[in-house]
Formats: sequence, C-alpha cells, structure tokens
Amino acid sequence: MDGAPVTTTRRDLFRYAAASGALVIVAPLAACSRRAEDAAGVREAQSSAIGPFVIINSDETIQIAFPNPEMGQGVDTALPMIVAEELGADFDKVSVVQMPLELIRGEDGEITWKYIAQGSGGSYSIVGRWDGLRQAGAVARELLIAAAAQEWDAPTGEITVEKGVLRHAASGRETTFGAVADIAATLTPPTEAPLKPREEFSLIGTPQKMKNARAIVTGEAIYGIDAEVPGMTHAVMARCPYFDGTALRVDDSAARAVPGVIDVVKVDRPPHGGPYDVQAEGYAVVAENTWAAMKGREALNIEWDHGPFADESTASFKAHCEELLQGEGQIVRNDGDLAGAFANAATTHEAYYWQPYVSHAPLEPQNCVADVRDDEIYIIGPMQFPSSANRAVAAKLGRDRLSIKVDITRLGGGFGRRLSSDYAVEAAVISDAVRRPVKLLWTREDDMRHDFYRPSGMHHLRACFDANGDMTGWAHRLASASKYYRRPNLPETEYWKAELYQDDFPAQLVDNLQMEYFSAKSGAPRGSWRAPAHTANAFVVQSFLDEIAHERGEDPLALRLRILGDSRDLTYENHGGPTFNPGRLAAVLRLAADRGGYGAPMAPGRGRGIAAHFTFGGYVAQVVDVEIGDDGTLRVPRVVAAVDVGTVVNPNGIAAQLESGVNDGLSTALRLAISVEGGRVITGNFNTYQLMRIAEAPPEIETHIIDNGDPPAGMGEMGLPPLAAALANAIFQANGKRIRELPIDDQLRA
Amino acid sequence: MKLTINGQTFDYAGDPDMPLLWYLRDEAGFKGVKFGCGIAQCGACTVHLNGRATRSCVLPVSAAEGADITTIEGLADGETLHPVQEAWIEEDVAQCGYCQAGQIMAFAALLEENPNPTDEDIDSGLTNICRCGTYTRMRKAIHRAAALRRGEA
Repeated sequence: MDGAPVTTTRRDLFRYAAASGALVIVAPLAACSRRAEDAAGVREAQSSAIGPFVIINSDETIQIAFPNPEMGQGVDTALPMIVAEELGADFDKVSVVQMPLELIRGEDGEITWKYIAQGSGGSYSIVGRWDGLRQAGAVARELLIAAAAQEWDAPTGEITVEKGVLRHAASGRETTFGAVADIAATLTPPTEAPLKPREEFSLIGTPQKMKNARAIVTGEAIYGIDAEVPGMTHAVMARCPYFDGTALRVDDSAARAVPGVIDVVKVDRPPHGGPYDVQAEGYAVVAENTWAAMKGREALNIEWDHGPFADESTASFKAHCEELLQGEGQIVRNDGDLAGAFANAATTHEAYYWQPYVSHAPLEPQNCVADVRDDEIYIIGPMQFPSSANRAVAAKLGRDRLSIKVDITRLGGGFGRRLSSDYAVEAAVISDAVRRPVKLLWTREDDMRHDFYRPSGMHHLRACFDANGDMTGWAHRLASASKYYRRPNLPETEYWKAELYQDDFPAQLVDNLQMEYFSAKSGAPRGSWRAPAHTANAFVVQSFLDEIAHERGEDPLALRLRILGDSRDLTYENHGGPTFNPGRLAAVLRLAADRGGYGAPMAPGRGRGIAAHFTFGGYVAQVVDVEIGDDGTLRVPRVVAAVDVGTVVNPNGIAAQLESGVNDGLSTALRLAISVEGGRVITGNFNTYQLMRIAEAPPEIETHIIDNGDPPAGMGEMGLPPLAAALANAIFQANGKRIRELPIDDQLRA
Repeated sequence: MKLTINGQTFDYAGDPDMPLLWYLRDEAGFKGVKFGCGIAQCGACTVHLNGRATRSCVLPVSAAEGADITTIEGLADGETLHPVQEAWIEEDVAQCGYCQAGQIMAFAALLEENPNPTDEDIDSGLTNICRCGTYTRMRKAIHRAAALRRGEA
C-alpha cells in the first residue's frame, strides 16, 4: 500500500488517513463468525477492528486490497468487486493488491485480526468477507459524497454516485472520485453507511476477468517460490520416508563437502501421536543455491528405521478396513428403526465402495522463506492461512507472535495442503539454526511423499424400499483413517466427524437411517483435500443411488427428485449449514438435466450420467457424457453443470471454479492414488501420480447458474464432489460396468 | 560459459551440471520459469531453446551454451504481448497461474511449427500439467491465439 499510514488505535471507529493525495479507508466490520477459522489459530473476535483498504488516486485509478490469499480461486478479483460495488467505482479502473497479514493483540491479550480475517479455505472467502467488504466500500462512498456535498454546499442525500462520478442533479454539477479524494480524506467517516439494495447492484453479478491475468502470462506474478530476501540461502531436506520413523545413523560429511553447501541442520520429528508441527524428522542441507542444496541432500548418508507402521501397505490398509466392516462400529446417527425397515422391506440394495489416499499435489511444491533473528522473524511463502504459520512458528521457536511478520504471496495452488504450516516451521527452524535467511524448497517427491492425504476408506451402503416403492431405510458404514486425529484433547470417538457428515443427503429424507464409523489405523498423514470428505461421500452416495435406480428399473434422476421433494429448510450442522434445502438441490438437478440432455437415447458405447451434491452452502448438479471405445478408452466430451451458490459475485469466477472442479474430479477419478508399501509412500512424482493433461479434459464444460438472491456461498470446492459419481453413472450406462473403486485406472480395459 | 537469455548475454562459471531451470531462476533471475517436478513431466519449466520448447529442469546449463534461450519474460515484444499471451488473457485461462508460463511457452513454440493446430494436434502436442484444470479454457485460448497470429481476430 505504498507506505500509506493505515493504523488503528481504537476499535469500532472509522479511521482515515490522507497520504499524498490518496484516500485510505479503514472500516470496522461486523464480527465474522466461523468455526473453521479456528484452524487459523486466531480466536474469533466479535466487533474486532478491521478494514480492507481503498486507495483513490487523483488520476481516477483505484487500488483495492484483497485480504485473503489467492490460490487460483479468484478472490483477487471477486473480493475487490464487493468493495467496488458499494463504492460505486469503475471496476475497469481498479487494480488489486494482496493485503499483508495484519494481526494485533486484543484488549484481552489474545492475538486477533487487525482488520479482517485473512485465511483461504472452506470455500469461505466470499461468505466470510461479504458483509465487511460491502461496509468498507459503502463507507468510502459516503465520504466521497460528503466531500462533494461540502464543495457544492449541497445535501449529501441529493448526490448520486456512478462509476467513479459524483453528480448533483438539481444543480447539474458533477465531479470525480479523484477530484474530491483529498477532501474526503480529511472528513470524519460516518459510523454506519447504507448498503445498496440488491436491485441496484451493477457490478456484482457481472462477469469479470481476473485482475492479475497480465502478470501471470508475462511471468511477473510472485509466488512463494519466487520470494527473496537479502542474504538468502537455499535449503532442501531429507525427511524420514517412513511414517513416524527416525534416523538410526546420519553421516553428513559428504554432503558438507559439496561445493556451496553451508550447513546441515536437523529438524526434529513431531511427537508420536501428537500434533504435526512438522511432517517428519528431517535433515536440511543449507547451501548457496538450490542446486547445491539438492546435490548436498543426495550426498547425505542416512539410515532410517522403518517406524511403527513398517508393515503398512495399500493392500494391508484395505484389508484392515474390510475386516473392520465385518464388526460393529460407532453409530453416529440413528434415525427411526433401521433393522425394522429392512425386516419389512420389499427390496434391499447393498454395495461396497473404496476410495484411495490422494495427494494435493499443488503444482508449486511447498516452500517458504524464513529469516529468524534475535528479536524478530520474517516469513514469506505460499500459505492458505498465514496466521497459522505465524502461530506455529511462534510456538516452535518460543517467540511472541507479534514479533513474527508473515507476508503473503500468490499460491501456486492450495487444494487444502496449504492449510498446514509445517513447511514454514521447518524453514524457521533451519534459519534459526544457521542464523541466516533461508528459502526452504520441497522437491516434488518431498511434496508427494510428505503430504497430508485425503483419507482413504471403505464404504458399505445399504438401502431398502417398501412395497409402495418408497425408500424406507438407508445405512452408510465407513471404515477409514480420519483426518481428525493427532489433535489435542480429541478422543477417537470424535474422529468420525471429519469423514461422515451426519446431516448429508439422504439424512432427514428417509425415516430410518444409520451412519456407522470405524476408525481405521494408518500411519499416512491425513488432512483436508478440496471439498474434504464430500469428494468420497458424494461419489459413494450418488453412485449407490444410481445402482438402486437401475436395480429398481427407475430413472436415476426421478429417484433423486422424489427423495428430495419440495423446497424447505432442513437442519444441516456441517459445512455450509445451518440449513440444507433439498428443493434447491432438486432445482439444480432439473436444470443440469435439461441443459445436458439427460435421458436422451445414447449410441452404443456412450453414456450420460447425473449426480448432485450440497457442499459448503452450494448446490451443484452435473451431467457427464462419456464415450468408451472397444479397447476401454474413456473420453469425456462434455460436462454440463447447474450451480446454486446464492448471490453470485463473479459469474465468470463461478464458471472457472466449476470447470476446475470438473477437471480436478475427472483427473482424480481417472488415475490418482497414493500407494503405500512398507510403511512409506512410494508414489513420488507425476510419472506415477498421473494428473490429467489437456488431451483427456472435456473440451466442453457448461455452467448454468441459478441465482435466487439467497446469501452468497463460495465456489472453490463444490464443483468437484458430484463429478466422479456422474462419471461412474455415465460409464454404467455406456457399458454396464459399475465403478465401485477409485481410481478407474484400467478397470474399463478388463 | 556464455549464455544468451532473452537477447542478453550472461557469464557463468559455476557447476555446468546445474539444470538450466535453476540457473535461470537462482543465478540469472528469470523467475517466471517455474519448478514443478524436476523430471520433465509437468512442463512448468518450459523455455525456448533456439525456438524449440524445452523442459529446463532436466537440461544441464552447459547444454544451453551457445543457444538462444527465451523465457516467458522474453516472449512479449516489449509491451506488445505475444498472441498466445493475449489469447490467454482474453479467454481468462489462468487460475493459480503457476503452470501458465510453461503452458504458454509450450504452445507458442508449437504454433511456430503448426500455425493452424487441430484439437488432435493440441492433444498430442501439449502435455504440460495444469493442476487447477484450466484445460477447457486453454483449448479455446489456443484456437484464439492461432487466429490472432494469422491476423484473423
């Protein structure tokens, strides 16, 4: 922000600062409440002081800061749109800038946000910043109006604003933002500014291109891996490949002899069974450049023990899950009388499904710059929750959080991996040891073998129908290794909460329903992967529905629609709650079916499948077309989606995220699995973790939006969950093969 | 050794085995060239070597001596963007954007050999990875870039 003096000394008051013709506005925002932001380590602040910035330059250009890290989800454009709408700015004249992480110590001594919450995750950026950024824009607009009113000696109520121009119709006068910005900067901001009614929106809801596109296509965009500080050294680490293993012997003499190598530093492993501050024990080779550090690492001679999970493999974990499902688990939801429903059923249905571990694999591998000094620490890197990095580094090195400055870069993908701050902690430990600034780089193999994987598990589904054809019973049994584990004060009886969402469809839509969880043991680290367990559960539930429909001789769409029923609010305590409206899910199903030509006769070898899911407040249905060759070659020529995420800020961004979800979902379903052997991950790079390339991507993806003016939901994740099921359902129609295990890999070639 | 990058000459006396990628990023400061896999799988590190798309993560810097090296920073003609860059903006391709420099370099080279690529040419000629899944827009941008380059758009 060019050194503009943006400071707050008291909360709950608007502040202003004039700096070289620029108007900087800091507005208080309504309290943001969100459970998931606990992950940031920042306590929830009611009425905390906050403020997105608006800078208006005398040349009519406007700079708007976006508070949340940008990882491809489009907040660098969508969040400034919210401010610009209320401000009445000409968006073509707006440039955007990443707001640095700003933390303060609150009056109660706890660390909190200085202006506004600043994490990206849970499809929450739009939802969480919506009210505050609108207010910030509105306050700025009111100040500009007040400035014009003062100039013209006109009542503020008679002045209108449109695209950076202020008008007073009665006197026929008009001026621009830039012309009155310096006066506005001297005025006392109002304590409250009126918000535009939705009917007056002229920017929100219009398709806008990404503001940073030019920087990206010219190679100028700065990612974590591009960050530099003076005197910086480079480090790569050899981490223990075995889950929770440790080094038996370390000989670093050859590594130290590599030209350019400065030092070798040990990073201790996290405590067995305890929270992951870092991922594994490791030895960092610090060097003058990246290549020397890599060569130094190769020269390390380390003998690792194989750790407490030495016998674990993908096959053994699968067998473990199968065995668990033979017994009785933890009943985590129990509606009605399931046994009674099955005893009285006219028809019953049953299937098992398997989901592998998958890796986040953001294309920018993990990296972080740390400069640890006696009295201050500087961190810069690609993080979804930079405040988490601040907290984690403070905890690891025993520093005051406010002595640690964290800067945010653009992220080369996140997908949930960068909710964790392990790489920032590693970088800080290394810099602390060598007392020089360090850029820690993970290679691709490091990234893939030391991920927090999307949990793997086996699902057992059962359903029953009565003689009238109504679904009377549903049971979802899941044996998996939960991502909720190794957390302080979290008993194993709570592990299910991250893997089975108790209010997910068809809960509350069938009288007799059970969800049963089996906590499987695995040494593989687990974490949040885009749309976390929704990816697994939507595949399973939406595939099983298709199976049921075919077994019953009923159309799969019709079956869904009659289970969903009419529009009404049901309780939903998971992501995107507190309500779930099955009528909205039915509406996107109908729209996708209509636009996707669902139900039309298909040629041999072709299929058209449908699936839908509710995630993080958003409703998405997808119709997937497949063509399967005689040799089993699968092609997806077209995907048609319908989306209801409430009020849409940037329809272009919605479409982009939907396309991303489709391609991510397809890539994952086709070929992606992390393989474990001998207590370690063996999959290590893109030659064995084969992400989809352009040849397999659908050439046509259509996004149809329903916007009924409901409160906005995000769009980062909900495009993904229905895809694998819609794909599998299309495959079944094409050739009768039911996909119950992911990835599909060569199953169609059998 | 002497290296010619984006028309500038650089002297380098370090390890000749250093991959060109790391030379470009750490030594010469061309950070638009990205590291993604280190085994020539993803293409994030794609640069032009005498006009040919080359994955710089597996090429020793010594092998680039004497060649004309172009990175994403040198693709535009001053402020005038290359048609592929232009098309990428027009179709709003990028999401996280990390792979896009490599994608653009790969396609800009392909376009020199084949000014009118079909979808099949794209499928067989472009194998860079985009983790965000921008392929659908990328395909549109590729056709637009080809048209721009032919002066049709």
